[in-house]
Amino acid sequence: MKPIIIGLVMAISCFSYSQNCNYTFLGELKDFHDGTPIESATIYIKESDTYLISDFDGKFKIENLCAGTLTLTISHANCETKTVSFEINSDTFKTILIEHHIEELMEVSVIAHVDKKETKTAQETVLKEHTLKKYSALSIGDALKEVAGVSSINTGSSIVKPMINGMHSSRLIMLNNNVRLQDQDWGIEHAPNIDVNAASQISVIKGAGALAYGGDAIGGVVVVNPDRVFLKDTLFGKTTLSGQSNGRGYSANTKLNKYTKKGWFASVQGSLKQNGDFETPDYVLTNTGSNSKGFTFRGGKQNFESGFEVFYSYLNNEIGILKASHIGNIEDLVSAINSLEPLVIEDFSYDINAPKQDVTHQLAKAMYYKRFNNFGKVNLQYDYQNNQRLEYDIRVGDDRDKAALDLKLQTHTLSSDIVLDALSDYKLKFGIMGRYQNNFANPDTGVRRLIPDYDKFDFGIYATTEHSLNSKMTLDFGLRYDFNRIDAKKFYFTSRWEERGYDEDFSDLIIDDLGTQLLVNPVFDYHNFSTSAGFNYQLNEHHSFIGNYSLSSRPPNPSELFSDGLHHSAARIELGDLRLTKETSNRVSASYIYNSKQFNLTTEAFYNHINDYMYIEPTGIEQTIRGAFPVWQYLQTNAELYGIDLSVNYTINEHFNFSNKTSYTVGNDIENDRSLINIPAFNTRNSITYTNDWKQFSASLTSDWTFEQTKYPDNNFETYIASTNETVLVDISTPPSAYQLLNFYSEVTLETSDKTNLNIALSVNNLLDTNYRAYLNRLRYFADDMGRNIMLQLQYNY
Amino acid sequence: MKTIKHLFLSILSLSALVSCSSDDDAPKIVNEEEVITTVRLELTNAFGDIVVLQSQDLDGEGPDAPVYTMEGSILADTEYVGEIQFLNELENPAEDITLEVLEEALDHQVFYIYTTNNAGSTVTYTDLDSDGNPIGVATTFNSGAVSTGNTLVVQLIHEPNKTGSGVSDGDVTNANGAIDANVTFTYDVN
Repeated sequence: MKPIIIGLVMAISCFSYSQNCNYTFLGELKDFHDGTPIESATIYIKESDTYLISDFDGKFKIENLCAGTLTLTISHANCETKTVSFEINSDTFKTILIEHHIEELMEVSVIAHVDKKETKTAQETVLKEHTLKKYSALSIGDALKEVAGVSSINTGSSIVKPMINGMHSSRLIMLNNNVRLQDQDWGIEHAPNIDVNAASQISVIKGAGALAYGGDAIGGVVVVNPDRVFLKDTLFGKTTLSGQSNGRGYSANTKLNKYTKKGWFASVQGSLKQNGDFETPDYVLTNTGSNSKGFTFRGGKQNFESGFEVFYSYLNNEIGILKASHIGNIEDLVSAINSLEPLVIEDFSYDINAPKQDVTHQLAKAMYYKRFNNFGKVNLQYDYQNNQRLEYDIRVGDDRDKAALDLKLQTHTLSSDIVLDALSDYKLKFGIMGRYQNNFANPDTGVRRLIPDYDKFDFGIYATTEHSLNSKMTLDFGLRYDFNRIDAKKFYFTSRWEERGYDEDFSDLIIDDLGTQLLVNPVFDYHNFSTSAGFNYQLNEHHSFIGNYSLSSRPPNPSELFSDGLHHSAARIELGDLRLTKETSNRVSASYIYNSKQFNLTTEAFYNHINDYMYIEPTGIEQTIRGAFPVWQYLQTNAELYGIDLSVNYTINEHFNFSNKTSYTVGNDIENDRSLINIPAFNTRNSITYTNDWKQFSASLTSDWTFEQTKYPDNNFETYIASTNETVLVDISTPPSAYQLLNFYSEVTLETSDKTNLNIALSVNNLLDTNYRAYLNRLRYFADDMGRNIMLQLQYNY
Repeated sequence: MKTIKHLFLSILSLSALVSCSSDDDAPKIVNEEEVITTVRLELTNAFGDIVVLQSQDLDGEGPDAPVYTMEGSILADTEYVGEIQFLNELENPAEDITLEVLEEALDHQVFYIYTTNNAGSTVTYTDLDSDGNPIGVATTFNSGAVSTGNTLVVQLIHEPNKTGSGVSDGDVTNANGAIDANVTFTYDVN
């Protein structure tokens, strides 16, 4: 309130007389990124040494101007200060774009003097609502692929796990409204439980630079934020309906926000999605239907001095897994690999049968902050997450409808941070976090637990600082310590315990001997230090350079420690290792950014050296009554990943725009001198967009070209097939061929009234109905990927 | 000061939260319900001689390999009545999975595949499901000529394509489905 009063007082005192001084300058401030009006910005008029404040529509008026130069310095809580000058010789109207960092990773964007991004020196890309809306009917993993260097590792089309620079699962941190997602992220077939429709913007931070979120983000951090709250009496919302040809899917999403001038806010959002079996160009992918229900509520009060927020989110996903991917033993896998088509193809259906997943994730959070004069801001947050994962396998008899896996993961987190920002060129942030997690594996499944019951305790403490040396150079530095303890109770077959040699190293862990099985109680502690340092150098308005070094480490996850048993969909026995230690990453990155009106270029290069990198590979064969199975074991090695990501945007003329996103990543196992598995192949995406002012029409054509991955480890093995009495080579390693997909997207926005509009989007993915298989799809052994998909989406904004 | 108090309180409440979580109750043991640990083929001839071929893996998916045993001896050119049994001996008492196979006969079929030195041996299905296709639990087994080192592969297939070409005659080639059991018996014909 205070600045507005000062501004008004200043404005009233703005009188200056000279010759021909009756021109009026009308200005309009807009966000450089999305064109939203910037309200309450301070406008300093140099010639008269006076101040003004922009109104709710971002407009301001300067009267009684003389002919000559008018110099304005515009500043706003979350904007870069910008100085512009105009030659005044008549009444003038100008729109001024300012860089308003609403991508800022702050819950409260009305607070002044906070940093623009979470780290100044990390490789960070922001996806906004305008981009995200294209993915309303898809998943968050699909949306993230808009960022160069982000790919995904899939199980079919519905389970999409994001991958940053070749790393995924436990090497990424996913944050939903400042809550670190705890949803059994270790599994490749466990997609993140975030509804893309609940996100207003998503930041992708490559590497572990954002220490405030954790010290173990060796791959990167994905920050999902809800709508920004602003102080205005308003009620607005949007409803999106969409339908798609492939899978005959439909979805509905609606969101309603109510804000008040006093800072109260509330928003509700709900979404429903359903699709049946997807189709390749040639056949139906039987049992690939899915059904998703999401709901979020958010409310609270935000003011400069203090505020609070409560947030609740519910997401349920029921996802069918391709029926042909259910295999009994290695012989089935060989037949599946050798068959050109899946071995089970049925007519289209919406039914979701086993094998399938049914995952419910609930998140509740309460947050409070208070700002102290000449000190800074203190945040306090508590959050609770409940993740219920049910996996159904094809079973017989009484067990037919019983889940084969039933895990309940509950997590409580209490965190607090203090931002000291009283000094304008120096900022300090401290944070502390405590977390308790409990995993319960329901024994009623009648299947031995894949992940054991455990309690996990995490404690973290960090400090980050940011220092602006001058207007061009910013430095940042961070330090973090984490303590993790995992306390598990697990049953081992006595034979497995001995085969692993645990009877020699871990005999003190045994708490009960039940004959064929042993109950053991491993308690492991891990201490991790992480650090990050970097610079951001803005040479001039065109060129800037960013450099960052980060050290991070990640303790083994429950799957890496405790896996022990047959993985049906992969026809392999997976074994964890109690002896695993943490892995430690040293990552250096450098970016060059060029910006001009016509041409934008971002080049991001990185080198990541990881000591004791945990990975899984085949180490032998074991015989069971079902037949022979390869044994895949978690091991550690020293690895390196490096690569380069390129984003180019070129405005050809007022109608045409060309863009390119290219990324190239290499992963090597240094110790064994070979490639790492599941590293994305070279990918380049070129798109040309036509835009026209008429109804904000735009149409774009994108070519998405993925090369064949030629760098991969050879994990092929030979197996004896009893029924044919021959030994065959099982080729599970060779990546599929390169493919190019054409995608089309077009939209128009129809103004339906002053404050409402209707956006109609038509898109066609895989326009040419190309047959392809992706290296990073775990079901590539069994079937082709999706064929052409025509999607129509209506979004009504009100 | 207030800040420090806030922090202190938060840590305190967290430690309270942590300390009240009980970790004393031991988890319940799971004895795998559907695992087949034992495949037993019992052959009886007209004189009441019984031959038992058995493959048993008592640690299921554990590292130990299945153990093959044979009781009795197979006589040349003799007809035997064959009866196969699938057991889960991890449960106590052992669960007879053959009953489930018979209950869901439409979704199961047992295949008998000779791979080496079959010495003219044959296996004929003698049971049928409700669609009139063989199940393969009950068979007639003809031992053929005197020979050594014969191998017989027995496969239990879940959801086979029972109408596939040759499947009802015991040819596994077009059966597809998922293999639930796959054992090899080696025997001599005396």
